Amino acid sequence: MFRNTVRDLFADRCPPDAVRASWETTDARVPDLWGALAEIGVLAALAPEEAGGLGMDEVAFVRILEEVGYAAVPEPLMEHAFVAIPALAEARSDALDSAIAGSTTITIDIDGSGTVASAAIADAIVTRVDDGLAFTTQYDTTALTTIDQSRRLAAVKGGVTVGLDGADAVLAYDRAVLGAAAQCIGIARRLLDATVAYVGDRQQFGKPVGSYQAVKHHLADVRIAVEFAAPLVYRAAWSVAHPETHEPLARARDVSMAKAQASDAVDLAARKALQCHGAIGYTFEYDLQLWLKRAWALSAAYGDARRHRDRVATAIGLA
Amino acid sequence: MDLELSQRQVEFRDEIRTWLTEHHPGRIASMDTPDGFEAHREWEKVLFDAGWSVPAWPVAYGGRDCDLIEWLIYEEEYWLSGVPGRVSANGVSLLAPTIFNFGSRQQQDHFLPKMASGEHIWAQGWSEPEAGSDLAGIKTKAIRDGDDFVLNGQKTWCSRGAYADWIFCIVRTDPDAERHRGLTYLLVPADSPGLERRPINRLDGEPSFAELFFDDCRVSADHVLGEEGQGWGVAMAAAGSERGLSLRSPGRFMAAAERLTELARSIRADGSIDVRLRDEVVDAWIRAQAYRWQTYQLAAGLMGGAEIGSEASLGKVFWSELDVELHATALRLLGDRAEIVDDNDWLDGYLFALSGPIYAGTNEIQRNIIAERVLGLPRRG
Repeated sequence: MFRNTVRDLFADRCPPDAVRASWETTDARVPDLWGALAEIGVLAALAPEEAGGLGMDEVAFVRILEEVGYAAVPEPLMEHAFVAIPALAEARSDALDSAIAGSTTITIDIDGSGTVASAAIADAIVTRVDDGLAFTTQYDTTALTTIDQSRRLAAVKGGVTVGLDGADAVLAYDRAVLGAAAQCIGIARRLLDATVAYVGDRQQFGKPVGSYQAVKHHLADVRIAVEFAAPLVYRAAWSVAHPETHEPLARARDVSMAKAQASDAVDLAARKALQCHGAIGYTFEYDLQLWLKRAWALSAAYGDARRHRDRVATAIGLA
Repeated sequence: MDLELSQRQVEFRDEIRTWLTEHHPGRIASMDTPDGFEAHREWEKVLFDAGWSVPAWPVAYGGRDCDLIEWLIYEEEYWLSGVPGRVSANGVSLLAPTIFNFGSRQQQDHFLPKMASGEHIWAQGWSEPEAGSDLAGIKTKAIRDGDDFVLNGQKTWCSRGAYADWIFCIVRTDPDAERHRGLTYLLVPADSPGLERRPINRLDGEPSFAELFFDDCRVSADHVLGEEGQGWGVAMAAAGSERGLSLRSPGRFMAAAERLTELARSIRADGSIDVRLRDEVVDAWIRAQAYRWQTYQLAAGLMGGAEIGSEASLGKVFWSELDVELHATALRLLGDRAEIVDDNDWLDGYLFALSGPIYAGTNEIQRNIIAERVLGLPRRG
């Protein structure tokens, strides 16, 4: 399966050491990873086949984004492949070919806020302008220091902007929200796996700490949260992939349900993972922090749980 | 996974929806009162006569041979329509799967149709004063004497036990065996001489469950389900059903979540809702949907040949805590009117929901199961 190929690629090219090393570089990138992702077709997965893409649907691609979260990949893969490329394809933009080939990296400013992940390393930004989308290049950036140093947020100013006529701005927003939710699920799974392994190994009072009920119940709660958030992500992916079946507001409702639950799940996973690791988890040297910080960032990015519950409230007539 | 209903499934949904609308009996008394119990039994007969009491069962026993997805659709429509609850639930959800798996042909032919029609309402006789979550501590003895077993001991927290016709019990047929060994699954007529039933009033004052006292109570050996001495294995097959989706399908929580949103809209004259309370309402509504989609995913897996084991514990914790939260949120919306019992279905529902994290294995036990058998954490050292 494609998902397994991607998982293996990340395990090989993007282990925790590579994530950590990327923080020490100016561009926060993992050497050769982007090219490898282009080569196996991940970057082009959602582009239509006639444009040289794989024509994959969102239901399959959210599983890949789970792997991105699971490996804490420090690249704007979701922004580029899951949001920018479909928008460029909708607008039949000239920029599509180079984005598919991976010779460019494109990030997104989905609400037009001017604060953009990976802006300095990207070649262009798909930007929300009024009710539509635009393609911005040659902009200036001022770096913002973020707790998750993979994020590379920057304040963006100026640049050359070309309208992306035909691209659906609300759909792009929903894709970004769904993409973040899928990564949250992957991050939560990794935090849980890492913590289960740690508490099974770590001994106190002559027994593994994972044999104590208080620790078990923390981790059971995380397992439950992930179990019931993931299907909402898959359902939302299905809603995005099948616009023909929509009632009004159904896609917004499904996508926001997914992000609300996925954000809550990854927040819980991060809290419990840190607690169950104890002091070692609180150190910069131990790898858990890579996922903790990714969890904090993506739980709030593209709307936190509360904001998405507000959106669901509107969709179900409770506003 | 294909998440949209097929044409056939849509027709199925419309058929049950129409039937429920046309046959809605209105509000009837609680099934835990003598009159209400009989009224609920009559409702079971109405369902049975139309083929809607046990749609997932084979046609030969009064069902429709529905697959899992159709059954989930049926449950959604059933609970959304607001028709009375199922007094037959203990039998249909917990015992019937065991009879299908372990019963002899005679037992199946005798018991299943009567269960489907409501002629036999079943209660569960598993827990004892010293054996609750630790079910293997069962002490009630059943000693073979000719064609009968002679029962002595005590059962408790026997749901529907005050009025049920039959009781499915786990008893110790080998007094020298310990824990999980030497247990037998036995079907006991509730009117057996030597069986005394004492109703226990629930929090709401209704005799929802009962204590059972066996004093040289004779039960025919024909009523053993499965092999004598193999009761633990036979019972655990049903414990999976009890925790899993057959007991508490998403439909009832989706229906409660819909009613909760209606309550939220109606609580202020201008339709506005306190922002914090609205957030809680939406959270509960989303969690009901999460349970729905998780269940559909599970059902698709089961239909594809997957099996559900300890994962059933994930659902049991989730739905039971969701149920409490749905009702607690409604009571917060009602504010200082929540304490008024008259016509307050939310308060009734809240009291019932509070039992969810306790029965069918407490949620603490479920979390242990999840940690040890799903996550693989070390057992108690």
